[in-house]
Amino acid sequence: MFSEGSPSRQSRADATIPAHAGAGLKPEHIAEILADRADIGFFEVHAENYMGAGGPPHRQLEAIRQDYPLSLHGVGLSIGGEQALDKAHLQRLAGLNRRYEPGLFSEHLAWSTHDTAYFNDLLPVPYDEAALERVCDHIDEVQETVGRRMLLENPSTYVAFEQSTMSELDFLKEITRRTGCGLLLDINNVHVSCTNHQRSAEDYLADFPLNAVGEIHLGGHAPDTDDAGRPLLIDAHDREVDDAVWKLYESVVRNNGPLPTLIEWDNDVPAWPVLFAEVRAAERILVQAAEPGLRRAV
Amino acid sequence: MAAPKSLSSVAGLTDVTVRTGSGEFGRALLDPEAAPPAGLVGPDGKAAPKRFNVYRNNVIVSLSEALGQTFPAIVSLVGDDYFNALARAFVTRHPPQSPVLMWYGGAFAGFLESFPPLAAYPYLADVARVEWAWLQAYHAADAAPLDPAALSAVAPEDVPAVRFTRHPAAAVVASKWPVLDLVRANRFATDAAAGIDLDEPQAVLVTRPDLEVGVFLLRPGGEVFLSALLEGSTLEGAAASALEKTSEFSLPDCLSDCLSSGAFTAIEGY
Repeated sequence: MFSEGSPSRQSRADATIPAHAGAGLKPEHIAEILADRADIGFFEVHAENYMGAGGPPHRQLEAIRQDYPLSLHGVGLSIGGEQALDKAHLQRLAGLNRRYEPGLFSEHLAWSTHDTAYFNDLLPVPYDEAALERVCDHIDEVQETVGRRMLLENPSTYVAFEQSTMSELDFLKEITRRTGCGLLLDINNVHVSCTNHQRSAEDYLADFPLNAVGEIHLGGHAPDTDDAGRPLLIDAHDREVDDAVWKLYESVVRNNGPLPTLIEWDNDVPAWPVLFAEVRAAERILVQAAEPGLRRAV
Repeated sequence: MAAPKSLSSVAGLTDVTVRTGSGEFGRALLDPEAAPPAGLVGPDGKAAPKRFNVYRNNVIVSLSEALGQTFPAIVSLVGDDYFNALARAFVTRHPPQSPVLMWYGGAFAGFLESFPPLAAYPYLADVARVEWAWLQAYHAADAAPLDPAALSAVAPEDVPAVRFTRHPAAAVVASKWPVLDLVRANRFATDAAAGIDLDEPQAVLVTRPDLEVGVFLLRPGGEVFLSALLEGSTLEGAAASALEKTSEFSLPDCLSDCLSSGAFTAIEGY
């Protein structure tokens, strides 16, 4: 797996992601994080930002990895795409897994590439049998190539496909059953999608296969309206976590117990203390959920 | 989600549910004039163009922002509003070919050069070439630069025939325009833009000996000399090419600049 005797790797923090709160790592925060020795459960990075050969990004990430567990989150593999996975990209993901030994590795139920064009967005997948088979084949290939179990993140969507024949939850459950992959439960995505498609987020979460969940994501969204003036929430990751999302999160961890929880803030990135305050807010909820007596018997 | 009723259940026809392929979806993302793909609906089962436009907007805006982060001097030179329009034109014609966005924008300089509305600003393309070289140097493989004293280990009679191994981050950009002054003034804001003489040609070496990317001004003939060395010429051959270009070329000065700035990692065979 890794070159034995490498001093940098021997002194690394344990790889396992604890059931604590973490933050999406932003280059502009790294100096402050390292200087303050921030008390935080873990960091998560977008894999594609570390696919260069060398330079400051890898030095910084290795410095973070020395002190903290790391979660590796891919955003560009196009698992939901109609075409075969990009083998070179898959090898790069496998290489990052070997190099940084992340405690968790995740990707999205979405597509982003058609032919050779990469769209840099998480585009929606129709929920029908053909798409289910493709997604499962792709996840099998990922798990075989990378040599580990991956987590698949539930999407935020703005449109539904007329051709869909099953619900998103049935689609996700069938994927976990066929491939053995875990799930990354993005509760902001649940709130965004359920609002956008006029469903109940509480009902969605009540039926979510929580036993497959290895990590939770929380992030901010932007309000808008659709063609008919109905609320349309945009998964913007550009602000604090919404109160409605905090409430859903509290109920999930109260019922399920603590899970590794990431705060995502990718656009209009604030100063580190602002992001860290969100991490601490999630941590307080996790601590309460971990206290015996407060957790509802399952 | 309630599945929208297909016509078949009403009219007894075979299934006529519209299937939405990603080819059609992708084409519509990059063409603002195109109708949204058929088969995409809102919660009422009806077409919802504004909803599709969220994806369109995400694609164009996020890729334009990625370009703006790679080419901040171009943003500064043309202004935010013009850059957004320019980026939109580039993104729709040249979408990324890889999910690794640090590799997106290699075609931007050529696009600027051939974009008719910018014909009066011919220096923009070379500024973009320096910024592209900067990004590639930033992400290039790490390598220790050649110790400038290493050449003294070569026997004097062998010096003319030495070849150097290129540093993975090293690139030369030669321009008819003062690219270094333009990049400095618009990217690093260390110099005032006021004093820039647009008639002054400049050539630069971009490299990263350690963690910091450096942009070094090359002396007259230096661009020919260093380009030849980076392509594998002998020292003697590179110097001859440079002298052919300009009699102002100084071998000792240019060689010393190249060695001290981290253009090479080794002397081949040593």
